[in-house]
Amino acid sequence: METLFFLIVSFVAIVSAILVITCKNPINSALSLIMTFFCLATYYVMLDAPFVAAVQVMVYAGAIMVLMVFTIMLLNIRVDATKKHSHKLILGSIIGFFTLINLVVMLVKSRAALPTGPYSGEMIRKIGHTELVGREIFINFLLPFEVTSILLLVAIIGAVILAKKKI
Amino acid sequence: MENLNSYLIVSALLFAIGTIGVLTRKNVIVMFMCIELMLNAVNLTFVAFSRHLGNLDGQVFVFFIMTVAAAEAAVGLALIIAFFNNKESIDVDDVNLMKW
Repeated sequence: METLFFLIVSFVAIVSAILVITCKNPINSALSLIMTFFCLATYYVMLDAPFVAAVQVMVYAGAIMVLMVFTIMLLNIRVDATKKHSHKLILGSIIGFFTLINLVVMLVKSRAALPTGPYSGEMIRKIGHTELVGREIFINFLLPFEVTSILLLVAIIGAVILAKKKI
Repeated sequence: MENLNSYLIVSALLFAIGTIGVLTRKNVIVMFMCIELMLNAVNLTFVAFSRHLGNLDGQVFVFFIMTVAAAEAAVGLALIIAFFNNKESIDVDDVNLMKW
């Protein structure tokens, strides 16, 4: 049952990802990308990470994609059918194909010594995923968390200055 | 839970599709969306490994990647709007102001 569900979600994710790069209209690409993000959120739920799934839906499918669709509609780009829409199609596909082979071999066949931890599925379900991730962020990753705020501040200032016509 | 390899293969496929999109499309916004797709493929790898190893560090990294993606979206879309105001186009071939 779970294998069947996994296959269905994978099929939808891959097909909508292919639609992202084949659709002529950017709005259709954006909607397909939202579909892919929802499939990824489903994967996160299946991997016992419900908090990551919620953040995926809210931040990616909510905030980032709304920003992107808003920009597409603001710019009001005319879909010009006479112009060529892609360039270097064969070269790009070959490079992408080799990337795929490389990734599959590296990820599946690798025998890297990775650090294991104590968090099993039962423990995550008993204590709660949000609490465990919160502890992890605010105890072990406190400094990177604080540095992230500086990154966001820089992004805000940069976006305002770039989008302004006259400073 | 499925085994780890199926998640890794899905993530590799998504990353490769994103790579092909960045290399073949001309529309800047679609290239941008393909970059988001690649970031998401990496996120899936992180979460799958994190679940497999019983270590939550990978999921913390996913939050940092999402922050970087949000910052990138804000700055990148501002750049696209500034470029569109200059050239009335969002074609990457028109980005040739600094070409020698």
